[in-house]
Amino acid sequence: MDLSYSAEYEAFRGEVKQFLAGHWPLRGDEAKLPGEKKAALFRERAIAAGFLARAIPKRYGGSEQSADVLKAQIIREERARAPGEMAGIGPSMLVPTLLEKGSEWQKEKFIAPTIRGDIVWCQGYSEPGSGSDLASLQTKAQLVGDEWVINGQKIWTSGAHRADYMFCLCRTEPDAQKHAGISYLLLSMKQPGIEVRPLRQMTGAADFNEVFFTDARTPKDWIVGKRGEGWLVSRTTLKHERNMIGDAQNALATFSGLVRLAQQTQKDGKPAIQNAAIRQRLVQLEGYVRAHQYSGYRQLTKASKGEDPGRVQLMNKLTSTNIGHEVAKLALEILGDDGLYEPGERMLGGPRDNAGWVGQFMWSLGSAVAGGTANIQRNVIGERGLGLPRDAAASGK
Amino acid sequence: MNFDLSEEQQLLQETVRQFAANECPPTRVRAIFDGEDGHDPSLWKGLVELGLGAVAVPDELGGAGLELLDAALVAEVLGAAAVPGPFLGHSLAGLAILWGGSDSQKKTWLPKLATGELLGTVALAEGDGRWQPGEWAVAGGSTLSGVKAAVPFGANADLVVVGTAGGGLAVVERGARGLAAQSQPGIDRTRRIAELRFENTPCESLPNGVTASARVRDAGLVLLAADAFGGAQQLLEMSVEYAKTRQQFGVTIGSFQGLKHQLANLAVEIEPARGLYWYAAHAFDHVPAESERTAALAKAHLTHVYMQAARDSVEAHGGIGFTWECDVQIYFKRAMFDRAFLGAPAIHRERAAALAGW
Repeated sequence: MDLSYSAEYEAFRGEVKQFLAGHWPLRGDEAKLPGEKKAALFRERAIAAGFLARAIPKRYGGSEQSADVLKAQIIREERARAPGEMAGIGPSMLVPTLLEKGSEWQKEKFIAPTIRGDIVWCQGYSEPGSGSDLASLQTKAQLVGDEWVINGQKIWTSGAHRADYMFCLCRTEPDAQKHAGISYLLLSMKQPGIEVRPLRQMTGAADFNEVFFTDARTPKDWIVGKRGEGWLVSRTTLKHERNMIGDAQNALATFSGLVRLAQQTQKDGKPAIQNAAIRQRLVQLEGYVRAHQYSGYRQLTKASKGEDPGRVQLMNKLTSTNIGHEVAKLALEILGDDGLYEPGERMLGGPRDNAGWVGQFMWSLGSAVAGGTANIQRNVIGERGLGLPRDAAASGK
Repeated sequence: MNFDLSEEQQLLQETVRQFAANECPPTRVRAIFDGEDGHDPSLWKGLVELGLGAVAVPDELGGAGLELLDAALVAEVLGAAAVPGPFLGHSLAGLAILWGGSDSQKKTWLPKLATGELLGTVALAEGDGRWQPGEWAVAGGSTLSGVKAAVPFGANADLVVVGTAGGGLAVVERGARGLAAQSQPGIDRTRRIAELRFENTPCESLPNGVTASARVRDAGLVLLAADAFGGAQQLLEMSVEYAKTRQQFGVTIGSFQGLKHQLANLAVEIEPARGLYWYAAHAFDHVPAESERTAALAKAHLTHVYMQAARDSVEAHGGIGFTWECDVQIYFKRAMFDRAFLGAPAIHRERAAALAGW
């Protein structure tokens, strides 16, 4: 057991530091560019140096580095304030899918502009009647001549109002068994057959939308994989240098913020952190946060040795969700009267004003639902992790 | 970056696991649990012959020459199999002498503890939750007077390391004048306890006892945390196995979402928490600045998790889980021991808060 890095990796860390010292922040005239331009310039140089877009071949705009989870971790540790990979569902979900399942022209056309941030994607999965039971989705795509004609509705579509394109699950084979009737289509959001309506969340913000399709169109070959393979295509996940400890590091940062909140907030005439009950709950919560952190270290180690970390991997999301709930409840306890006020800006991982914590109190529920509810996570852990019999209804057979 | 066990450590765990499977199957655990004395010398001899009498004692003093992490890995496996016996108290007695004793004291006692010629234990608790070195009131010196409670296998031990006022340590040998051991009706019949009374009892103070005692406490916290993790994992396995076997309404009960989710929640409490005791043991051996706090955190968290796992497992087993004949109760009571011994979780959470400067 040794949490330090070997000399080879420390040498790599040196290279990363040296690169960062020379390239971030930008200098001279470049320092006067708008933020997005600066980030784009930095990204371009970091890719050229092999520090970003490591999973992506050079011909698609990446840096094509062999997978090394420890190097990836060192880059994340050192990068801190410099821009990282382009954020968003396109780089994180679509690009890995295209790399594995896309056709050559799709990779050439879409990957480079996506990782540069030149084009923005949204994900068309959930529907009003198809949430946890996603494979029951009903949005139809019919091939008419050289085009798919799409009709139906998606919901919870984050960023649809800003997106240039959508990757979308549609029913193309109405006669096939439910999973086998789905195809994975790409389509432009800038067309008359698409209407985007914002959904206002309980926090007051509107990050996601409903999307209505009325004879929306996309070319015949904008399908990833074959007809009826969409379900499998959508299950593709990033295998190259998967971040095993990102969740835990976010949890640690949030926990540190909570400790600061308890130190800075007065309760009964003294800092809340001196309150015996608050201290107990903080340490109890820290137990979960540290467990999550060390579990991440162990998974990182296993991955670096090419070993399977085992069923604990299935538990990361639920662990994060549980921690988020407890952070929220404890924050509200500490806030006292400040819980009367509307939430402010969402400031995950950074310093927050008290209104930000009120936002977190609600946001923690959003993350408990997004991308598979906690109860679905429990099914996965129970069935795939513990080997319990499958739920007859959910198995879809 | 390597947060995983070495091949030697995996082999160590596998060896102890095999020993427990062969020599201490549930039937033998049960026989000892239900027995009068609770100490099975032949089982203990087998463990000592594996080198477990002094895991973290250097080899020149007869020990296995390993670290606290290795001792904790052993504790996990013993906890998983609910192996009855004096591993905890015996290990802590050896470490107390190793860290607190003079050269001659070490040479006198450690080789004999390592071979099992002597059975050691530690006498720390003084009632009312007073477990910590700063809370000990039994006066030290050339003789001891006072009472210690919840001494593991205190009625069987040959050698007792006693915590004394001011956080010191002193050794008393079996049969010493004025020493009376009285078995107590301990909840955990796999780790019997006794009350020890000292009346002008001759003792040998450990010269570095005051600096060693907090460290002995921390080592104990780590060993309890490891035992708790092992036990909790075993309870999970037992409950999952039961859910896969037991049928109701014509199907195995594990297919019901209610139970499935309870078991998934249990798994999420337990599995990611392994690293808490690993890290605490690692810090104990290699990151001194963090060792005291991480030990407190690991003990508080894992023994709490173990206790909850035991309650959930009784429920998951239904009526049978509430019976004396079901092995869940054996783990349930080990969980009660791990939780209370050396101080309940709340005590160590408060210590952890104070140690963080909060």
